[in-house]
Formats: sequence, C-alpha cells, structure tokens
Amino acid sequence: MHPVIPYLIAAALFGAGVYGVLARRNAVLVLMAVELMLNAVNLVFVTADTTVVGLPRSGQVFALFVIALAAAEIGVGLALILRLFRQRRAITTDDLGTAADSGGGDGGRDSGAVPR
Amino acid sequence: MSVSDVLLVALGAVTLGAAGVVVTTRQVVRAGLWLVVALGGLAGVYLVLTAELVAWVQVLLYVGAVVVLLLFATMLTRAPIGPAGDLDRARWPGLLVGGGAGVGLAALLVDAYRWRRVTPPPAGTAGRLGAEVFRHWVLPFEVLSVLLLAALVAAIVLSRRSSGPGDG
Repeated sequence: MHPVIPYLIAAALFGAGVYGVLARRNAVLVLMAVELMLNAVNLVFVTADTTVVGLPRSGQVFALFVIALAAAEIGVGLALILRLFRQRRAITTDDLGTAADSGGGDGGRDSGAVPR
Repeated sequence: MSVSDVLLVALGAVTLGAAGVVVTTRQVVRAGLWLVVALGGLAGVYLVLTAELVAWVQVLLYVGAVVVLLLFATMLTRAPIGPAGDLDRARWPGLLVGGGAGVGLAALLVDAYRWRRVTPPPAGTAGRLGAEVFRHWVLPFEVLSVLLLAALVAAIVLSRRSSGPGDG
C-alpha cells in the first residue's frame, strides 16, 4: 500500500474545504466545508498510523478524538446559527452588521412556535 | 499497484467528487446529502487503511449525527429548497487560497513520502483501540467527556427560546 495516495486525497479534501469556507455565504454551508477540513485532518492522522512508528494506533485514537470534538462543535455551532436566524431572519455571512444594529439586547420576542 | 491501492484511488475519487459537489452545488439540501457520500467514502478509505473502529465511528457519528444535525439546521433556517443563485460570494479568493493550501499540502506530502510502500499495521479493532485509549490517553478521554457535557449544555441554552421580558 502506498500512503501517498490517501495523503493526496487529504490534501485535496482540505483545499476543497478551504474553498467552501471562503466562497459560501450560507452559514450552514460554511459548517459543511469545515467538516470537510476536519475529515481531511482525520485522514492524515489515520494514514500516519501506517507510516510513523510511535505509540501504536495513536493516530486512530486522535482521529476518534477529532470526531468527538467535531460533533460537539457542530452542536454548538448550529445552536448559534439557529439563534442568529431567530434574531435576523437570515444566516448569510455577508450583511449581518453588529449587535448594535439590530437593537441590541437578547434574542428579542419569540411568539409562536414557527419563526415567521 | 495492489488491490488496496486501487481501492484507495477509487474511494478517493468518490470522496473528492462528492466534496467538490458539496462546495459548489447551488442547492443547500443536496450539499448536505452529497456530504453523506463524501463522509461515507472516507469511511471506506479508513477500512482500507485497517482502521476499523474509526471507520464505523465515522459512519455512526459523522454520517448519522453531524449530517443529520446539518440537515435539521438547513430546514430550521428556511434554506431555499431548489437551486438558489446567491449561495456563493466571489469565487476567485476561495479558489486561490483553497488551491494554494491543497497544492502546498500535496507538494509537502508527496515530497515526504514519494512512492514508498508500507505494510498495513495490525488492524485497529475496538479491542486494540480501547486498550490504547485506556492505557495512554485516559486524561484526554476524560477531558473530552467534560467538553461534550459543556457543549451539550451550551447548545441547549443557546437554542432555548427567551422566556419573555423580566426573565434572565
């Protein structure tokens, strides 16, 4: 097995993730691109297990930790996006302004179950 | 080129093709679904690299939880269903930085490994990984548990609706 193949896959995946973060306006799509970058790093970790001699399978253990961290990050990130959407009715990362623009304070009044 | 090399190239093509669609498609929901394909392809690559537990945890957590959460957020934030024209800002900075990062990393890794051949190590089964974690990585494991708890509480607090004026 030639480890350069998964390493190249990881490099291309990371480049695609960086492009997605910079080019997408929707915040959820930006988070998807961040997930691509995290997966590229995971692939480097797992492939390094086959080439580097250290603690056995430490790369795979790190990959498990990264997966857990990514899940936690997605949970908090999406909760933030939901909060932002309830306040501004839009999650484009362009024209958000600052907290002062929208009247400041907390999340405003929430009436009813469905944001209108 | 052995069978594992061919498998790596094939699964890599699946993963990269799906990832390319994720970052360029004009439909938000389809981006989430193509992300499932990309992450599933990566799980296959992990299997070829003998990382069994990582592959199944990838499917379970990434495909099963993270993508589902992303699709939930897509629906809850009223993402446009169907092609939307305004999903991308100017593309050339992203292409420049992303291309530069990808090419730089590829050059670095190709220079380090060339066409070296390795024999796969003993498979990373759950038993072996568990022995590793609970022998050498216990502290990060426990800290990770605390972090997950903190993330859970934070997500609940952030997504709770404010209960009206005069309430903290």
